[in-house]
Amino acid sequence: MKKIIRGKCYVVGDDIDTDQIIPAQYLTYNPAIPEERKMFGRFAMIGLPEKSQGLPLGGTPFVKEGALQSEYKIIVAGKNFGCGSSREHASICLQEAGIEACIAEFYSRIFFRNSVNGGYLIPFETEERLVDRVKTGDELEIDVAIHTVRHLAAGKSFLLKPIGEVLPIIEAGDIFKYAKQKGMA
Amino acid sequence: MGMTLTEKILARHAGRSEAKPGENIWINVDVLMTHDVCGPGTIGVFKEHFGAKARVWDRQKVVIIPDHYIFTADEKAHRNVDILREFAKDQDLPYYYDVGGEKYKGVCHIALPEEGHTRPGEVLFGTDSHTCTAGAFGEFATGIGNTDAGFILGTGKLWVKVPPTMRFVFEGKLPPYLMAKDLILWVIGDIGVDGAVYRAMEFAGEGVQSLNIEERMTLCNMVIEAGGKNGVIEPDEVTIRFVKSRTSKPFDVVKNDPDARYYSERVYRCEELEPVVAKPHSPDNRALVSEVEGTRLDRAYIGSCTGGKITDFIAAGKILKGRQVKVDTFIVPATVEVARRLDEEKIGGETLRQIFIKAGANLGDASCAACLGGPKDTFGRLNEAMVCISSTSRNFPGRMGSREAQVYLASPLTVAASAVEGKITDPRKFL
Repeated sequence: MKKIIRGKCYVVGDDIDTDQIIPAQYLTYNPAIPEERKMFGRFAMIGLPEKSQGLPLGGTPFVKEGALQSEYKIIVAGKNFGCGSSREHASICLQEAGIEACIAEFYSRIFFRNSVNGGYLIPFETEERLVDRVKTGDELEIDVAIHTVRHLAAGKSFLLKPIGEVLPIIEAGDIFKYAKQKGMA
Repeated sequence: MGMTLTEKILARHAGRSEAKPGENIWINVDVLMTHDVCGPGTIGVFKEHFGAKARVWDRQKVVIIPDHYIFTADEKAHRNVDILREFAKDQDLPYYYDVGGEKYKGVCHIALPEEGHTRPGEVLFGTDSHTCTAGAFGEFATGIGNTDAGFILGTGKLWVKVPPTMRFVFEGKLPPYLMAKDLILWVIGDIGVDGAVYRAMEFAGEGVQSLNIEERMTLCNMVIEAGGKNGVIEPDEVTIRFVKSRTSKPFDVVKNDPDARYYSERVYRCEELEPVVAKPHSPDNRALVSEVEGTRLDRAYIGSCTGGKITDFIAAGKILKGRQVKVDTFIVPATVEVARRLDEEKIGGETLRQIFIKAGANLGDASCAACLGGPKDTFGRLNEAMVCISSTSRNFPGRMGSREAQVYLASPLTVAASAVEGKITDPRKFL
């Protein structure tokens, strides 16, 4: 598990569902095949309507046309991020695009599980609404151990919620490594 | 202390006498279902972690139902079904419902009960968010991702957090112009698309007990649109009669304890409710049909696990009989069995299929079709900015295809009435 996650953030609003994160027409790529898995990075967040693409201004695509990865490392979202379908492609596409952590008020249950159990990214939750405090492109630095995020230009820190009961799975890497440690699989 | 039926089922599957909301427990799985969209990834995860030669934990408990991208020219979609077919053959799986032959079923959530895979008291996981539909049979059923499904394939177990239960009571019987779809859109409009995150949603009362099994499935189907972990209805004679007609496997009926504790309870009087829609672009964006009546439409769509069962088509048929649609109308039976029944069910001497064809509707083959957009050549897909009224479950931007399209969710009665008028119309006009 990485101790410090640092990079530019991409800000989106409330109730961003999995059809916006990775639309159904791209789900024919099989994530189990490495060259097809890369395509998920290219199409990550391509379903966002233009006004929702990178708040507060909108109109900033998450991945530049033709690129396989995004310039952003951290997603900052409102409430209920990842709602809708159970497609694990949603967590996978963010990881493939280069996202290492999400910060949201809270997540849909399945997106949270998939992100943790698959070991794709760390889904942090916040007490306060960070969406209104940071802008797309701002540099953030997350200190995982003390669960805080620092806005580097403003020199301001915000408290994240402790990861809690799923921390052992995130520390192990994914649910398989966790289960092996516990002698279960 | 008493337990809800969700708590009781989870406790039993963990080999415990009790399970409390918030506890994380490991449970044994009765059925794992996957399909053509998430199956190939699930199989990949399974082979990566358990080995290329590994066997699934129990071949009798794995059900594979290709249903999403079937009638398309997309080569990768066909390749994905080939992966499922090969895996089913390697693992000698008895419950693989292959494309292109007599075994093909269609939409997994409707095919599961038809084939006897949904049984009271059991635990069902599926790689699809609408797996919660099966809660209508008094079981714990929920959607998961590829990793969790791959883990189950190898171990037959999964960790779950026991959800607290929100109870929704519908008093009185439904008037003829309301359907289960109206009830669930009322609930989601009240609690929001995040109103039940990490919780179970239980439906009870005379209004629910008087529903047939398919209408109960519609209620449970859409709990995920409120973020619910599972939807559930206590089994009764209706449930047991249906399940016994589809399987000879034994099952245990689990009910709520009289002193079970609920997170919350909301009571609705059915006669006070009206037909509703969810406006673009969220299932909780509720409005009375009367508030949006006259909104111009380009298309009407009746289909999917939510709104493509025979009950849904009988409702639509009542309105479409002897009338013409004014906008492109797409009819997609969820399964092959539903499609067959379109030729059997009659209203006034005409079969449903005859009624729909005479009305000028387009009939498609059994599958998920345009509910989730899918490949560009999918039947009924919204390929441009257009306004559609649909009996499906979800209307976030781009769900049925184009990001620019606007989707109104409604009951099959309201969709049919609106198709006839070419604008959003209250079904009471025709009933």
